[in-house]
Amino acid sequence: MTSTNKLLLEAKGITKYFGTITALENVNLKVHEGECLGVVGDNGAGKSTLMKVLSGLYKPSAGALFFEGKEHVLDSPKDSQNLGLEMVYQDLALAGNLPIGENIFLGREPTKNIGFLKFLDFKKIKEMTSAHLEKLKINVKSADQKVEELSGGQRQAVAIARSTAFNAKVVIMDEPTAALAIKEVGKVLDLINKLKSTGVGVIVISHRMDDIFTVCDRVMALFQGTNFAESQLDKTSRDEVIGWIMGKK
Amino acid sequence: MEDKEKKQDSLYVKLIPYFEKYGILLLLVIMILVMHILQPDVFLSWRNVTNVFKQISWQSMLALGVFMVIVTAGIDLSVGSIMMLSLMILAIVAKAGAPWFIVVLVPLFAGFLCGLINGLGITLLRMPHPFIMTLGTLYIFRGTGNLISGGTPISGFTDEVRYLGHGRIDLTWLGLEKSQYLPVSLVLIAVVYFVFWVFLNHSRTGKWIYAIGGNPSAARASGINVNKILIIVYSLCGFLSGIGALILAGRTDSGYPNAGLQSELDAIAACIIGGASFFGGRGTVLGVFAGVMIMGILRNGLNLMDVSSFWQQVLIGSIIVLAVYVDVLRRDFGTRK
Repeated sequence: MTSTNKLLLEAKGITKYFGTITALENVNLKVHEGECLGVVGDNGAGKSTLMKVLSGLYKPSAGALFFEGKEHVLDSPKDSQNLGLEMVYQDLALAGNLPIGENIFLGREPTKNIGFLKFLDFKKIKEMTSAHLEKLKINVKSADQKVEELSGGQRQAVAIARSTAFNAKVVIMDEPTAALAIKEVGKVLDLINKLKSTGVGVIVISHRMDDIFTVCDRVMALFQGTNFAESQLDKTSRDEVIGWIMGKK
Repeated sequence: MEDKEKKQDSLYVKLIPYFEKYGILLLLVIMILVMHILQPDVFLSWRNVTNVFKQISWQSMLALGVFMVIVTAGIDLSVGSIMMLSLMILAIVAKAGAPWFIVVLVPLFAGFLCGLINGLGITLLRMPHPFIMTLGTLYIFRGTGNLISGGTPISGFTDEVRYLGHGRIDLTWLGLEKSQYLPVSLVLIAVVYFVFWVFLNHSRTGKWIYAIGGNPSAARASGINVNKILIIVYSLCGFLSGIGALILAGRTDSGYPNAGLQSELDAIAACIIGGASFFGGRGTVLGVFAGVMIMGILRNGLNLMDVSSFWQQVLIGSIIVLAVYVDVLRRDFGTRK
């Protein structure tokens, strides 16, 4: 049972207003070590807003975030990254004009000092990239390949590799298989299972029941910005979860 | 599987990345050869070559600044006006009798400040596109330059002030003749381009400039402060325009109202010819240099052959369209859609 594992991330009573619109109201969420939580909900249910709150991109109007038992206020994605909380965005958030390695380390590039000047350490970027891709069993021609030359599945793999390059403890994935060809979906799901086995807590937002029922341990549904239902995966069924998405219990 | 893919790459496909990187230099070399064949006595003479470098010296500074801005998928239309305003301030400060080291620093500072205004306007005022902010400052800066100078030329600077634009490095100690000198502006171009090449390719900030051009939301999600980087880029662009003003002061010994008129378009043209993409994230410092050289050599060569300047306009325009079309073709080959 995953619930006996250490609690990594907990959100309590998250509320978010945009002007007069209430996007989230009193939403709670928990993720444990090595656990995958599926978050489902119809368009506009508040999934993306919740993830953006968790990653520090939005500030919640009310509520608190606890990471490994301690409360934290996140002012920017940098703060959540520093805690070990990483986000894989639906639009992948990769710069196509840069090589794989530079994308993985974007914003956190290793440097070497020559005098008082800091220069990028390309050798180290390449070594660290190769080692990391190797660890996750991601196959690409070379770490120097530009991201725009990759297939959708390879790009998703790079995005996931990017999120885990700095010993992330929790990885949040927004629709990780939405843009992929069918034969690539399996590879990405394998990669998520691999992350779980290393103790990473994973949150997957997805419309696809196949994804949820392949990799998740627990599933929660949002409906109109509130917690609607939640269950261990082995105690529910696809039909029930689909019902939750539409607001039926 | 992987090996099979590698074998399928034909020689042609393998050559694409090299063509992408050095194709523009090839064009430059071809142009130089053609000009040499057409004007064998004059074109490659010491005097003419140094002349070309002197002519492109200040344009090359504007082009380099605009290039950095274009890499972020932005545009700076105000560089010509920044240069003019910096030049006018330099002239006024010089006429007021300030010591030469103040006079030399003033345009650099003024240019930097103008660029900072652009950067702050684009980010803090949340202008929908840098085109609009810099179109506004194109008028504002030139108008200000005319206001403070009364719209009349101010001439006569000391040798120290003119050194970067007009100075000569004597090479007689190498056994060369007195006429075979090295223009200081040529050395300046080399130094500035090298420094900015290192900055853009080997520093984190430089990498982030490319990342912003490639995908601004990726940069933001990576924790990069995109607005801060943009402000730095526009400020540096203004600073380079200030260097342009200092060079121009040396070359013309005068601050004049029409300085740098429409030179922003030349700067943009040089970047585009040199392979920078308007969509951002693409282009090299070497390419910009080649772009500036191609435009300089074209003008110089056509002047030598006594071709009307109207033809120069037609030719430069054609090269822009051709260069971008080649880029379109290359992209069709190079990128998965």
